[in-house]
Amino acid sequence: MLKRTLLLIVFLILSISLFSENDSLIFLENQTPFEGFAITGKDIPNDGGGGIEIEWSFPDSLDNFFLTVLRKDEAGNNSIVATDLLVSSKQVRDVSSEEDPSRVKDGTKYYYTGILSKKMVDEDFLNMLISKENGYSKNGIYIFNNDTFYVTAETDAIISKASWFNLSRIPVVISLILISFVFLYYLNLAKSGKELYIRKINGLDAVEEAVGRSTEMGKPIMYILGIGYVTDIPTIAGLTILSRVSKKVAEYETKILVPSYDPVVMTTAQEVVKEAFTEAGRPDLYNKNDIMYITQDQFGYAAGVDGMMMREKPGAVFLQGLFFAESLILAETGHSIGAIQISGTTETAQLPFFVAACDYTLIGEEMMAASVYLQKEPMMLGSIAAEDLLKVFIMVLIIVGFVLSIFAYGFNIGIFKNLFDLLARALQV
Amino acid sequence: MAIATNFWIWIAALLTLAIYSFLYKDNPFYKFAEYLLVGISIGYGISVYWHNTIITKVYNPLVYDKNFLVLIPLLLGLLMFSRFFKNVSYLSRIPIAFVVGAGTGLSVPSSFEFLFKQVYATMPLKLDFGSLIIVVGVISTLVYFFFSLEHKGFVGRVSRVGITFIMVAFGAAFGYTIMARVSLFIGRIQFLLSDWLGIIK
Repeated sequence: MLKRTLLLIVFLILSISLFSENDSLIFLENQTPFEGFAITGKDIPNDGGGGIEIEWSFPDSLDNFFLTVLRKDEAGNNSIVATDLLVSSKQVRDVSSEEDPSRVKDGTKYYYTGILSKKMVDEDFLNMLISKENGYSKNGIYIFNNDTFYVTAETDAIISKASWFNLSRIPVVISLILISFVFLYYLNLAKSGKELYIRKINGLDAVEEAVGRSTEMGKPIMYILGIGYVTDIPTIAGLTILSRVSKKVAEYETKILVPSYDPVVMTTAQEVVKEAFTEAGRPDLYNKNDIMYITQDQFGYAAGVDGMMMREKPGAVFLQGLFFAESLILAETGHSIGAIQISGTTETAQLPFFVAACDYTLIGEEMMAASVYLQKEPMMLGSIAAEDLLKVFIMVLIIVGFVLSIFAYGFNIGIFKNLFDLLARALQV
Repeated sequence: MAIATNFWIWIAALLTLAIYSFLYKDNPFYKFAEYLLVGISIGYGISVYWHNTIITKVYNPLVYDKNFLVLIPLLLGLLMFSRFFKNVSYLSRIPIAFVVGAGTGLSVPSSFEFLFKQVYATMPLKLDFGSLIIVVGVISTLVYFFFSLEHKGFVGRVSRVGITFIMVAFGAAFGYTIMARVSLFIGRIQFLLSDWLGIIK
C-alpha cells in the first residue's frame, strides 16, 4: 500500500513538473501597468466599408514597447490583427484586402484586445490566447516563461460600415462645381463663335514633316503608346494624337506600326486608326495587324519594340503616352536608327530622357494641349482657356499663401497664422 | 572562387550576354533572348490573369459566395471577344467605353487631391530663400504652360524663366536616374564576374 502511494505521489510530481515546464503561466487579474491602459477602435470614416481603426495612447516611456492586437468576432472566433507593433505607431487598421476580402465584414461586431510587452510576443503565448478554449476575455498581467505581458480589456463592440460620402473631400466638390462653371462659360463662349487662341506647340508642326520624310524614304512610321492603360490620361492624349498622325499616314499612303502593351489599348488604337483612315478616304489601306499586342511585361515590351525598330527601321518614331523605365531604351534605339522622334509624356522622371534623345518633346500638359492644337475644335479650345484660368487661380492661391506666411511666420502675427492654418486645412484633403 | 556549376546561373549569364549583344547590332542571339522574354512574359501574364482575375474575382465569388453581381463585369469582359466576329464587333466598344468613362471619372477626385497637395506643398511653412525659389519656380513654370496666351512680352519673359526651371529640374532628374541605372549595370556585371565566372569576390 505504502509502495503504491509513493508511486502515485512520484507520478503526480512528475506530471506537474512536465506541464509546468512547457507553459509556466502566472495570471494577475485586473492588474494594469498604468491607469487608463486600454485600446479603442472605431469604424474608419469616409471609406467604402470593411475597415476598423484601432488606436491607443500610452505614456511616452512605453514608446519602445511592442503591442500585439487580437480580435474576436461575434461568433467567438479569435484572430491576430497585427503582432509586435511599436507602441509609438499609435494606431493600426484592421481592413479587408484583395487577399482577404471578407476579413472585416460590414455589420459584424468585433472586439479588440491589445497585448503590451517589452519583448516581442511569444508565439506559444499568443496561440494560447487566441485558442477557442482560452479566449482572451480576461485582462491583466500574464507572466509566461518569465516574460511579462499586459493584456488590455476588450474594446466595446465595433462595427464597420460603408460611408455614402467622403466628407474629407468637400473642398474637392466645391472646386469641381466652380471649375465646371468656368468650363461651361468658356464652352458657351466657344459655341457662340468667339475665336479662342491657342499658342503654337513646338513639335506638332513637325508631325507632317516626320510623316512626309518617312514616306519619301519608303519607311513605315512607328507609334508607341507606352505602358499605360486606356484609363490613363496620357494614354488617352496619345490616342488623340495617334488619330491625327494616322490621318496623315493615310493621306501619304504609308504604313503605321503600333506595338501595344495592353490589349484594351491595342483594341482602342485599332479603332482610332481605322476611323482616321476612313476619314482620310483610304479605309482600304488600313491593316489591323499593324496594330499589334507585344506583351504586358515592361522590359519584355521594351525588348520587343526595340527588336521591331531594328528590323523595320521606321523613318519616324512617335513616343506618346505613359512611359516609365523603358523610355530611354526605346528613345535611344529610335535615335540609333536615325528616325525623327517626337515624344510626349506626363511622367516627369522620364521627360529628361526624351528631351535628350528625341528631336521634339511635348512636356506634360503640352501633350494634352497638343490634341486640341491639332483638331482646333471650338469646344476643346474652350476647355484650354478654362484650364488657363484655373492656373491663374492656383497662382493666386500660392501667392496668397506666401503672403500669409510672411505675416504669420515672418512677423509672427496671430491672425495671419490662423488664416494660414485655415487655408492649409482646406488644401489637406 | 571558381566558375559556376549551377545550370541556371549559366542560363542567366548567357541570356544577359545575348541581350547586351544588342549594343553591337541586332543579331540571332538577341532575337532569341527577345522572343524568349516576350513569350515567357505573355505566358506568365496569362497564368496571373487566370488565377488573380478569373479564379479569384469571378469563379470563387460566383461558385462559393453566390455573388451574381460579378456576372455584369464578366459579361462586359466577354463582349471584348465580339471583335472576333465582324458583324458584332462593334459590341466590344461597350466595355472599352465603360473602362475609359469609369477611369476618367475616378481620376477626377484623385487629380484634385494631387493638385491640392501640390499647392499646399508650395506654400512655405518657414521664410527662407529656398521657399522663395520654390514659389518663383512654380509660378513661372505655370506661366510656361499657359496655352491661350501668346508667349510675348512679360508673359514670354516669365515663361522663359519657367522653362529654365524645368530644364534645371530635368538635368537633376537625368543625373539621378542615370546613377540608378549605372548601379543596375554594376549589379549585372558583378553577377557575371562573381556568380558566373568567379573572377571577383
